[in-house]
Amino acid sequence: MKILSKTYIALILAIMYIPILVLMLFSFNSTNNTGVFTGFSFYWYQELFRSAETFAALKNTLILAVSSAVTATLIGTAASLGLHRMRSKFLRGTITSLTNIPMMNPDIVTGISMMLLFVFVGTRLGSTEKLNFWTLLIAHVTFNLPYVILNVTPKFRQMDKHLPEAAQDLGCTPVQSFFKVELPCIMPGIVTGFIMAFTLSLDDFVISYFCSGSDFQTLPILIYSMTKKEVKPDIYALSTLMIIAILALLILSNLSNGRDDGLARLHNWRSRVREKVQTRREAKGGGAK
Amino acid sequence: MTASKKPPARRLSSPFAYVAASPHIVWTVLFIVAPLIFVLYYAFTDASGAFTWDNIMALGDHTETFTLSFSMSVVATVLCLLIGYPLAYCIAKLSPRAQKIIMLLLMLPMWMNLLIRTYSMMAILDDGGFLNNFLMMLGLEPVHIVGTAPAVVFGMVYNFLPYMILPIHSVISKMDKRYIEAANDLGCNNVQTLFRVVLPLSASGIISGVTMVFVPSISTFYISQKLGGGTFDLIGDTIERQFQNPVTYNVGASISLVMMILILISMAIMNRFSDDEGTVIV
Repeated sequence: MKILSKTYIALILAIMYIPILVLMLFSFNSTNNTGVFTGFSFYWYQELFRSAETFAALKNTLILAVSSAVTATLIGTAASLGLHRMRSKFLRGTITSLTNIPMMNPDIVTGISMMLLFVFVGTRLGSTEKLNFWTLLIAHVTFNLPYVILNVTPKFRQMDKHLPEAAQDLGCTPVQSFFKVELPCIMPGIVTGFIMAFTLSLDDFVISYFCSGSDFQTLPILIYSMTKKEVKPDIYALSTLMIIAILALLILSNLSNGRDDGLARLHNWRSRVREKVQTRREAKGGGAK
Repeated sequence: MTASKKPPARRLSSPFAYVAASPHIVWTVLFIVAPLIFVLYYAFTDASGAFTWDNIMALGDHTETFTLSFSMSVVATVLCLLIGYPLAYCIAKLSPRAQKIIMLLLMLPMWMNLLIRTYSMMAILDDGGFLNNFLMMLGLEPVHIVGTAPAVVFGMVYNFLPYMILPIHSVISKMDKRYIEAANDLGCNNVQTLFRVVLPLSASGIISGVTMVFVPSISTFYISQKLGGGTFDLIGDTIERQFQNPVTYNVGASISLVMMILILISMAIMNRFSDDEGTVIV
């Protein structure tokens, strides 16, 4: 039984990885044959690096991913704070469900709905390029927001409600208590939210496809237009490079996580504050007796 | 000392909450709610902006597309469940370290762009591709795969399978093992335990897995373009085509609207189904 289940896992993993490995192999093919490996060469990589289009797309993708992730993290974190403090359950519920719409809706609907808005407003304003960097940025922030809020809100809920109270009793102003006490508590959520937003933005094709103009092309859009034409191994080369970059990113983030004892430190620090809260409560209770 | 009542947490004044949330509220109204209203507006107007039912009427021409898309994504979802559930179950039985590694390996392809994954699949399955060359090398007949319905369904399964495994695995691995022991003690064999205890307890994982596979499957257009070889027209393809030309935006909006409603109905049915399951068990 155990062998059977292990074979099954191995089989599925093999099916998932074989296409990617074949693609990587054929990016080193010496001819443009995508079925038979004729010889090892870097020809398609040279071809790829010769095109200015690739570098422009890479630069655009990174600019867009960083700016949309930063914007979404700022707006989303503030929103999580606001939602956490909001007393009206109805309003909180409404905002949360509206925020989650882009996450539930198919990407294509999110894409075309925003495109219709941009085109409509653009036409009214009489602009020539209705879809540009800014519309793309707005679209990316919009689909990133729910993921930031999804990661940050639970951290607020997990946080001991008495923490900010203790901080204020110990002499912090509300603003100080937010930055010194609450922010470190929710930081892991903010970081995860930011990374998620960044990678989603890097990876997005469908929404970008509908919300971008001709003057701002991202890598996924470039790949799409490349695959529309004849099959050439330069796409394989580009894909291989992207896969290697992502692997490197993942390994790096895992390494930094492994060495990071920040969470443990935070935990210790929190338990110290919690002790303080406890003693204070006991002192109050003792006084009442 | 007895547990005293927790003092109510001191909250900053309410207006502060609204100030913090206001950028997000404005953003949500402008870029989530308003665009959906525009879909409605375009679906019910013609090119000049006058009210019309024509776009909705034109949907009749696309009935076949809707049926085809719906059935293909249902098949893909069911296949994902049939492949993914046993896989998640097998993984959950491994040691925590092995579980972590295998889940990482399963998630890794998700970090690669959907276009690349689909394209690599096509490069393998294509008539002059790797697989057929390999078959010919072995002296076998080449098979025509790209351009057939199974190829499109396979592409959906290949791309979205991890979405099914992840939520199911997370539910199963968190499941209290004592339930399984109790079922065994009370005389269930392994199969009975699976169907009467494990499966119902993982219903929530199944529901989110099904949602996460079904929604991208029914709305995809790249997979059908590449693996369908241009012979399959799914809802996604139809919508994409309508938005190439401003003249057909209105029809495109009405198709999108119907697809959204179709998905909402499917989700509502799914959730109802899961609630019933839940009450039967508890």
